Amino acid sequence: MREVVDGAEAIARGAIAAGCTFFAGYPISPATSILLYMIQELPKVGGIAIQAEDEISAMGFCIGAALAGAKVMTATSGPGISLYSEHVGLAIMGEVPMVIVDCQRLGPATGGATTVAQGDVQFVRWGTSGGYPIIALCPTSVTECFSLTMEAFNLAERFRVPVFLLTDKEVVATSEVVEDAVFHPIPVVPRRYAPPRDPFIPYHVKDLADVPLMAAVGGPHIVRFTSSTHDERGYLTKDPEKVDRLNRHLAAKIEALADDIGWVDADLEPGATALIVSYGVTARSAREAVKLARGEGVKVSLAIVKTLWPVPVRALRTAFQGIQRVVVAELNLGLYRREIERLAGGCDIVGVHRVDGELLTPQEILEVGGIM
Amino acid sequence: MNGALRSYLDEGSLPFHFCPGCGHRLVLERLDEALVMLQPDPHDVVIVTDIGCVGLSDRYFITNAFHGLHGRAVTYATGLKLANPKLVVIVLMGDGGCGIGAHHLVHAARRNIGVTVLVFNNLNFGMTGGEHSATTPPGAVTSTTSLGNLEAPMDICATVAVNGAAFAARTTAFDPALGHLIAQAIQVDGFSLLDIWELCTAYYVPHNRFTRARLEQTLRDLNLPTGVIVHRKREEYAKAYRATHRVLLGQEPFQRLRLEARYPPGLRTRVSVILAGAAGQKVRTAGRFLSLAAALSGLYATQRDDYPVTVMAGHSVSEIILSPEPVLYTGIPKPDHLLILAEEGLRQVRGRLAGLDEKTTVHAVPSLLPIPTSARVVPLDVEGRRGVARKTLAVAGVARFLQSTGLLPLDALREAIQLSQSAEIAREHLAAVEAVVGH
Repeated sequence: MREVVDGAEAIARGAIAAGCTFFAGYPISPATSILLYMIQELPKVGGIAIQAEDEISAMGFCIGAALAGAKVMTATSGPGISLYSEHVGLAIMGEVPMVIVDCQRLGPATGGATTVAQGDVQFVRWGTSGGYPIIALCPTSVTECFSLTMEAFNLAERFRVPVFLLTDKEVVATSEVVEDAVFHPIPVVPRRYAPPRDPFIPYHVKDLADVPLMAAVGGPHIVRFTSSTHDERGYLTKDPEKVDRLNRHLAAKIEALADDIGWVDADLEPGATALIVSYGVTARSAREAVKLARGEGVKVSLAIVKTLWPVPVRALRTAFQGIQRVVVAELNLGLYRREIERLAGGCDIVGVHRVDGELLTPQEILEVGGIM
Repeated sequence: MNGALRSYLDEGSLPFHFCPGCGHRLVLERLDEALVMLQPDPHDVVIVTDIGCVGLSDRYFITNAFHGLHGRAVTYATGLKLANPKLVVIVLMGDGGCGIGAHHLVHAARRNIGVTVLVFNNLNFGMTGGEHSATTPPGAVTSTTSLGNLEAPMDICATVAVNGAAFAARTTAFDPALGHLIAQAIQVDGFSLLDIWELCTAYYVPHNRFTRARLEQTLRDLNLPTGVIVHRKREEYAKAYRATHRVLLGQEPFQRLRLEARYPPGLRTRVSVILAGAAGQKVRTAGRFLSLAAALSGLYATQRDDYPVTVMAGHSVSEIILSPEPVLYTGIPKPDHLLILAEEGLRQVRGRLAGLDEKTTVHAVPSLLPIPTSARVVPLDVEGRRGVARKTLAVAGVARFLQSTGLLPLDALREAIQLSQSAEIAREHLAAVEAVVGH
């Protein structure tokens, strides 16, 4: 059996399947349809979805609700994230599990509200002060909008960090005929709560890379949360030793498992010396380009990056083996290419870009990339 | 809990670390007094603090604590209360936080979200060096208004009162009844705010030779009344939300249309179709019917829509790819078929027409002919037919197009239309189909 579904609905389905019970958002193209789906559907499972007074409030509501025990999500476009950049920092500092959907549009500023782009790929990583890591997943299709939303919720719980789902106008708004089986849920990672009877130390970790257990405000433990540098009890501190431990922990908990969650969809052809790297909606063109090239007898490999952050170093290095030319196809002027250049030393690296609001065509990737 | 709590202050964190004479200590002691009166379980109380010296206050209490960003405390309070309505949520913020987060106060009051906001209003920024705030009186000297403040002060109580707050009151930190007033505010089932005027002995007092007497005189000079400003009954938002949405609870989320392939497709390779029309012709709806009909014919399809932000005016273009294989690249640089249904649609695709050749068939409504293109052009005879209105023109066009090309069976289209959520829409569109396909 098949269904006709767009990316926004698939994201909403994924969120509810992952246990999301709270959503707050503010209308902005092309993310509005996710807000509408959540407003319509979340109350059916006992959840709450609310339109906030702006994006900053939407994030604030989500962070508050997460502390009270809800699994939370918000959805916006680049301009919305610009507004609440500081709240991303708060969620990192307070170790708040949450999912943020970025439906990228052509920027900067109001840019092209209903126009595709992939210009936020570095922004979501570096868009808040301090430079601490987040996780970002990047779906290419309706199917992955569902599965990666579920993964995003699971990663948010595992790592207690905001997880971005980096989509774009095309991925969110295009409807596709898909098999209904693609909406089969993956196992859900529940929130890891501290045992009710044990003493609770809100930010206690044995090893730097450990993730502290949570307690819901209103539950069996007293919870202390702060946006300031804090000790493990959640009290503001400037003690260099404690501050150092906190900041290293925020990075270490993600970096320690970067390869474990570094998903790359690799289609490597033996003997190929050219590799196309792409992500999101552009990966669809790249996949078609590879099909065309192979149809003509040209050997070419493909790496579709699903986990944009942390950079899946091991998986990408594997894909670079034997490769002389790496073609990075993206709808910006080479933003993710920086990461490839850093990892693929010795290769000839070519960027294929578009920033005119149109999709890259498969032919463009092959021609500009010098593959055919 | 064993017996009544005699204090909600954390002995281990005391004494207070505020400047000598600072009003914050007085207010926190009165807050403790109010909590002792009400005896909530500390596990159910969360003290949310905003920016500034007042932001240090949560450490003194044995309750839950949330310290967030400047001006945004009310947003976290809202999220906490929405997610768990049994929580007693108390926001402690200064006049600085009220300035930068003023609109959150307005919207929390409008919603009547059940949190209590205590404003520690000492008329300037105490933590960052005595700069003027949204409540600094006119003429007052601060580090950023050395020649006297030129701005009118914000009346916080009036602001939230006029916007629907259930309760707002103003007093000073010296008020012996402050503890009772705080308890009253906490008991309000809705948004409550206390504007509590106090002294900043580090900055405002020395800069303005301010005293308790002058603080009280300033309130009179500015015509800012003290006491309860508003107390009204309104349903609290977190409760209202749950009550209103109870009708949806238990319904299966998402209307899932599972489509069985039961019609033979008339295509074996990928075919791309662009529908170019105008707002109001239901172009996107026609595109969706085409996608559904494709699924009913065992095919895959993608649909991309393009329309201006003014949804009821201008063009509406849908790009649909029908394919026996899942579709990868969803763009259509050169369509196999281009249906032009309106002048607005023609304008939108005009740039592409020049690049087309005879591999493309342009199906245009007769009123738009001739079309300047090298593509093959055929008339799409759907205008002026009985049973075809503007709002069913795109579907009629698709029906006629399918009839002439045989790409999908018309019965697949008919069934797709019948899947519409609205029976009326289905009926209108089916009538339009029958009007153009003849017998």
